[in-house]
Amino acid sequence: MGLFDNIFRPSPNKSSAALAKERLQIIVAHERGSRRGSPDYLPALKKELLEVVRKYVPVDQSQIKVHLDREGGYEVLELNITLPDEEPQSRRGLEIPRNTGQG
Amino acid sequence: MATVIVVTSGKGGVGKTTTSASFATGLAQRGYRTVVIDFDVGLRNLDLIMGCERRVVYDFINIINGEANLNQALIRDKRVENLHILPASQTRDKEALTKEGVERVLNELRQNFEYIVCDSPAGIERGALMALYFADEALVVTNPEVSSVRDSDRILGILASRSRRAEQGEAPVKEHLVLARYAPERADRGDMLSVEDVLEILGIPLLGVIPESPTVLQSSNAGVPVVLEDGSDAGAAYGDLVDRFLGKNLPHRFITTQKKGFLKRLFGGG
Repeated sequence: MGLFDNIFRPSPNKSSAALAKERLQIIVAHERGSRRGSPDYLPALKKELLEVVRKYVPVDQSQIKVHLDREGGYEVLELNITLPDEEPQSRRGLEIPRNTGQG
Repeated sequence: MATVIVVTSGKGGVGKTTTSASFATGLAQRGYRTVVIDFDVGLRNLDLIMGCERRVVYDFINIINGEANLNQALIRDKRVENLHILPASQTRDKEALTKEGVERVLNELRQNFEYIVCDSPAGIERGALMALYFADEALVVTNPEVSSVRDSDRILGILASRSRRAEQGEAPVKEHLVLARYAPERADRGDMLSVEDVLEILGIPLLGVIPESPTVLQSSNAGVPVVLEDGSDAGAAYGDLVDRFLGKNLPHRFITTQKKGFLKRLFGGG
């Protein structure tokens, strides 16, 4: 086996190291991008959204999550608000709970 | 003024403790008062690599908690003058590693040592964050392998954002790449990322390349830092690394293959 392999070592069309380098360059660039921190308007956005939601539903700071993801060329802003799970009412979304006094 | 150097990597098993042991030993051999601290609370191992495991009485957490003083806990190396080891605790809760506690111990060590080497645990949890938080310089230990390179890049991001220097807006932590377990013949063959590949991806200055070598395991078996092994490639590479750290301009060795003769290529072999 070894004889011809050793003399005429075929130059592989792409070595595994080249593949590793290419994959690393892509993933590292991606991770550096998302690491660069979220835009500085996010905290303000979060605060204002919370104020709007609070007009209708009693939620607190910890129940709103704002997350920004970068994928390929576009960005995804993900907003997650956990409504308090009192009654089946929560299914009705942002309707004002009528029996707030009961809590 | 003491310099705090963290030896870190993100990924486990790439050679952080081996590097910490040899780097600290090399600095002490060259006459600098050096202490090496094991930050791996719960998984103490530096003592074993340094060959002082039977002399551990008190540990890092004992000092933070005020249960012992530094003089009681520091282990003086028997082979190299100027070298001390501060072992990690094996049983205590990791929560004991507080920022205030670590700072207090480091400040006390600064009085007596020129170099404080912090051997980081793997991962990016509290132990690793504490090990790098107070660092002035960082040795980022990387293997020529995809997961190690990626994790090193993450650690570089953490050094740039979550170290004390970053938080206080001071000059950034000075970064050095240590490429360990390198096999030049495999890189030449295209089976392993080359030194240039890793440098291109990570983009930090190269401090040293440590060749893959059986003497690393042999010296750890014996509890002798590999830098003390005469005739070992890896040991010599660590020696060069220390000299470079101290400002000497040395060419990198062990990064190219010795050319095989025609017959050797023809009949294979080694």
